[in-house]
Amino acid sequence: MAVKKFITGCFDDEAVLFPAVKQVRKKGYKIHDVFTPFPIHGLDKAMGLRDTSLHVAGFIYGITGTATALGFITWALTYDWPINFGGKPFFSLPAWIPITFELTVLFSAVGMVWTFCWLCQLAPFVKKDHFNPRSTDDLFVMALECTDKTNEAESLSFLQSLGAKDVQVQHKETGWWWGRYDKERKIFEPKAEKVH
Amino acid sequence: MSLIRYESQVRPPLVVGDKDYHQVTEDVCRPVEARPTKLWWIGFIISVFLLCFGIYSVYREVTYGVGQWNLNRTNGWGWDITNFVWWIGIGHAGTLISAILLLFRQGWRTGVNRAAEAMTIFAVMCAGQFPIWHMGRVWDAFFVLPYPNTRGPLWPNFNSALLWDVFAISTYFTVSVLFWYSGLIPDVATLRDRAKKKWRKMFYGVTAVGWTGSTKHWQRLEALALVLAGLSTPLVLSVHTIVSFDFATSVVPGWHTTIFPPYFVAGAVFSGFAMVQTLLLVTRKVLNLEEYITIEHIDVMNKIILLTGSIVGIAYLTELFVAWYSANPYENFAFWDTRANLNSPYGWAYYCMMACNVLFPQIFWIRKMRRNLMVTFFMSVIVNIGMWFERFVIIVTSVHRDYLPSAWGPYYSPTIWEIGFYLGTFGLFFTCYFLFVKFFPVVAFAEIKHILKRSGESYKNQMGELEHESMEDFANIHGHDHGA
Repeated sequence: MAVKKFITGCFDDEAVLFPAVKQVRKKGYKIHDVFTPFPIHGLDKAMGLRDTSLHVAGFIYGITGTATALGFITWALTYDWPINFGGKPFFSLPAWIPITFELTVLFSAVGMVWTFCWLCQLAPFVKKDHFNPRSTDDLFVMALECTDKTNEAESLSFLQSLGAKDVQVQHKETGWWWGRYDKERKIFEPKAEKVH
Repeated sequence: MSLIRYESQVRPPLVVGDKDYHQVTEDVCRPVEARPTKLWWIGFIISVFLLCFGIYSVYREVTYGVGQWNLNRTNGWGWDITNFVWWIGIGHAGTLISAILLLFRQGWRTGVNRAAEAMTIFAVMCAGQFPIWHMGRVWDAFFVLPYPNTRGPLWPNFNSALLWDVFAISTYFTVSVLFWYSGLIPDVATLRDRAKKKWRKMFYGVTAVGWTGSTKHWQRLEALALVLAGLSTPLVLSVHTIVSFDFATSVVPGWHTTIFPPYFVAGAVFSGFAMVQTLLLVTRKVLNLEEYITIEHIDVMNKIILLTGSIVGIAYLTELFVAWYSANPYENFAFWDTRANLNSPYGWAYYCMMACNVLFPQIFWIRKMRRNLMVTFFMSVIVNIGMWFERFVIIVTSVHRDYLPSAWGPYYSPTIWEIGFYLGTFGLFFTCYFLFVKFFPVVAFAEIKHILKRSGESYKNQMGELEHESMEDFANIHGHDHGA
């Protein structure tokens, strides 16, 4: 949670964006993020992001569901209160497959969506800073993080030379806070200390 | 403008007209941002009226008991379970479009998936009403859940197909909502960033859950969509399989057949696609989305209707054959004497089903008919009538005359409150659909933008230019993994 300084540039064509990402990385800049209106395959690799392990989480949630269903039904129908249904065995595994399968899917799906929201910090009333509102419409917005050593003028003209438009220096909050998009202020303002 | 992907010129474009990314946003957001039209209000008010009639019908049923319906000891299931299976079947097309076609990498799904998934959710909501209110003492409905109770605890029967249904349908509903909403988030974020009015900023700000469009978030969202599609594919097959188990695991002639799971799934997709056609033909016209839901989309969906309708037809004939081949007098009676017999009480329903589901869809072998909007609309209604009769035939003809003639029931026909309940679910369905088209984008435009440079008309026309690029340029621009 900190306000940082960024250099941003907008691209209107992914065919210009890709070589720009390559060049920027080659020059040693730190790309904070690229905000795009739709998923661009290969951009994550070009930016050097690692693959997501969300599917691994999905698998773990899934087998948790399988174990929960099988374990619970076995316990309930063979140990806690065995009931004779038409002379069939108490442990009648084939009849439990449908519910086991459904709970596997349910646990996996709910768990994955929850993990996804957790990792991306998504929730109702979460507010984040935008670099350009058109990044959800038709612009690809690249944000470079500035350090003490960054030469602003040089970086701005470099980004421009790569085809970026509307190149700017922006001060933005990197984290999220509780807020509403129709109001500027935060829901929970830190209380100002009283001066005696 | 240089091109990203190459797609064969033989494939017709999926987005018609000279569109760029911004134009796509404008076209899809316009109906959401404009004031509701007169047509919208008329449709919405009729839907709410139907919904109120349905609520009153259910109120009668709860107050006076299931006796408000014409069910009895022989005809224990009638319109209610027919409508339940019918609605749940309609839901299946949405999942097929969003999940199975995603796995098969079908680009055309992007134009129709959002509306179809919404249709799934609303249809499952309607379907769920029937078994719940059929319980009679609906205030005890929570008895179906395995919760620790003071009666032992006494657990529900996990070996019962009806309990499998509880788990299948609640899982199906939950997963469908999650899948639909996770895909909706980026589009809602666009609406939020375009919003001018205070309430819009507030509403879409909350529903967009803080989406920014970060590359990492997109990467995770795509991984999520892929795994959810992988989970939904067997899920959707399991749901209608389990619904068919409600019948197939019984010993009633006409229900007790092993062909039911595949036959029910094919029928579900068949009726679901018909409902998608009914909805989208109107939606694309009223909301001016003909450039995104093109005649190509309608053509492809009609092919699926033809395919699944024919599978259902083969299943009907197989049933008749197996009934004869089994040499079982009860099976023979159920299929040859009560169903495929015009002189039996419900013979008319059987032949109505045959005509609507097997005979009429054969018209879609003709390309001209597949691409004719009036024919498609008419056929989509016919198919859903036919599929309603299929469930009616399966349920009612089987129970009203089973083994002992002394146990045979009287001719079953619904009361006004049974019909009212059914109409009420139409009200629920269309009320939800009207609210959906008013407040959310009907077309998943982030996904449309994703295929725009491959399948957009103006870009396809430029694809010849690719050949004039130098090798070096080509490697520079296209030399990374774009996937499909």
